[in-house]
Amino acid sequence: MSILSYNGSAMVAMKGKNCVAIATDKRFGIQAQTISMDFPKVFQMGPHLFIGLPGLATDTQTVMEKLRFRKNLYELKENRHITPTVFASLVSNMLYEKRFGPFFVEPVIAGLDSKTGEPFVCNMDLIGCPNAPEDFVVGGTASAQLYGMCESLWEPDLGPDDLFETISQALINAFDRDAISGWGATVYIIEKDKITTKELKTRMD
Amino acid sequence: MSSVLCPDIPNSGFSFDNCARNATLEGKGFPVPKATKTGTTIAGIIYEDGVILGADTRATEDTTVSDKNCRKIHYLASNMYCCGAGTAADTEMTTNMIASQLELHRLFTNRTVPVCTANQLLKQYLFRYQGYIGAALVLGGVDNTGPHLYSIYPHGSTDKLPYTTMGSGSLAAMAVFESRWKPGLTEEEGKKLVRDAIAAGIFNDLGSGSNVDLCVIRKGSVEYLRTYEEANKKGKRQSSYRYPPGTTAILSTKTANIEVHDVSIQRIDTDLLMDTTS
Repeated sequence: MSILSYNGSAMVAMKGKNCVAIATDKRFGIQAQTISMDFPKVFQMGPHLFIGLPGLATDTQTVMEKLRFRKNLYELKENRHITPTVFASLVSNMLYEKRFGPFFVEPVIAGLDSKTGEPFVCNMDLIGCPNAPEDFVVGGTASAQLYGMCESLWEPDLGPDDLFETISQALINAFDRDAISGWGATVYIIEKDKITTKELKTRMD
Repeated sequence: MSSVLCPDIPNSGFSFDNCARNATLEGKGFPVPKATKTGTTIAGIIYEDGVILGADTRATEDTTVSDKNCRKIHYLASNMYCCGAGTAADTEMTTNMIASQLELHRLFTNRTVPVCTANQLLKQYLFRYQGYIGAALVLGGVDNTGPHLYSIYPHGSTDKLPYTTMGSGSLAAMAVFESRWKPGLTEEEGKKLVRDAIAAGIFNDLGSGSNVDLCVIRKGSVEYLRTYEEANKKGKRQSSYRYPPGTTAILSTKTANIEVHDVSIQRIDTDLLMDTTS
């Protein structure tokens, strides 16, 4: 079995029109045994910037703290907020440094450029190969199911409300077909003037 | 002396901090997962006045297509580009690092960097890592001595050839080159030949797919043809699967407003910036 599916997780980020959304499940388990149903895997790294770290839970937390440290140093040195593209390079370089002894996380990044408001989504493999497509990115143990859901549900230029329904349905229906992810979900919708966080009602089995 | 307030500057290069832990996990039956591969078709030819590089645009994680339109022709210098096959992160990071070394070398010598220099830098780097950096490259460029094309293997061996292919689709692409390549092809003939070679990989190799990217390097000019041909068009969706608002059951909503600071735009005249490139 892969160490990436030891704890179980499902994560997805989507671009919309002047907005992005990132959604995650909330389960933390040890293989088939569920330990917690309120486990954070998505973290805010700036006013318009979020990162999700699906994979091995211990590395989720270690990598989040290392990234927060490096991001804070950057912001102190530069005296400005980090942009999503720069943050993606930071993550990529940090993971590639551990090319021969990687952290077991496959990051999902979503944000808006604070100057231009340009939506940005990006995911990486565990050694930091960046992939920033025009539509959506997925990660975690339900990624195969998520690819299928997103590929059929996503359409360009969705507004924040439509984007919320699309990303929520994509996530819920994907992780309902994955035994080791689910147990609640959180969706973040990032717009220029606000962040909306919604907790979803999902199956708890 | 290091302290919390004044920590040591960390060593550059790879970190092996997690290796002992990961080896322990491997011993317990959790092998290190596979990274994204670009099970690729990449190719290059020399034609009458330059080099043409070509690549498909599929990246895979095991059997899943993880990127349908990824960029595999990497920039090295203004007269050199490099196609990458193998572990996606390795090709990306290796070419990035060599590109910056080449730029420093160009500024130091104040000359167009010869293609053999890039080849030497790449092979020495890859040889040092005994093939563990899984980058198989096709390096092409034009310098003062004319067009050059190299293929570079992950272990650090290189070939200098008039036409070459790499990646899982290399056999399909080479079949096209072996039957149709000849010295002194025109640019149009060359582009058609490389397109056909990449298309052979796209349609006959499962690890390759999506679109054809080309890069034509002549003396003094480069034409990067990103998505030269969309070999596989996605069909148009017949109806919309948009959900009506309120479909998803919500337990709680929290809205955090962001104060938008004054937007000030400072225009910079790019011509007046100090230009260090000559």
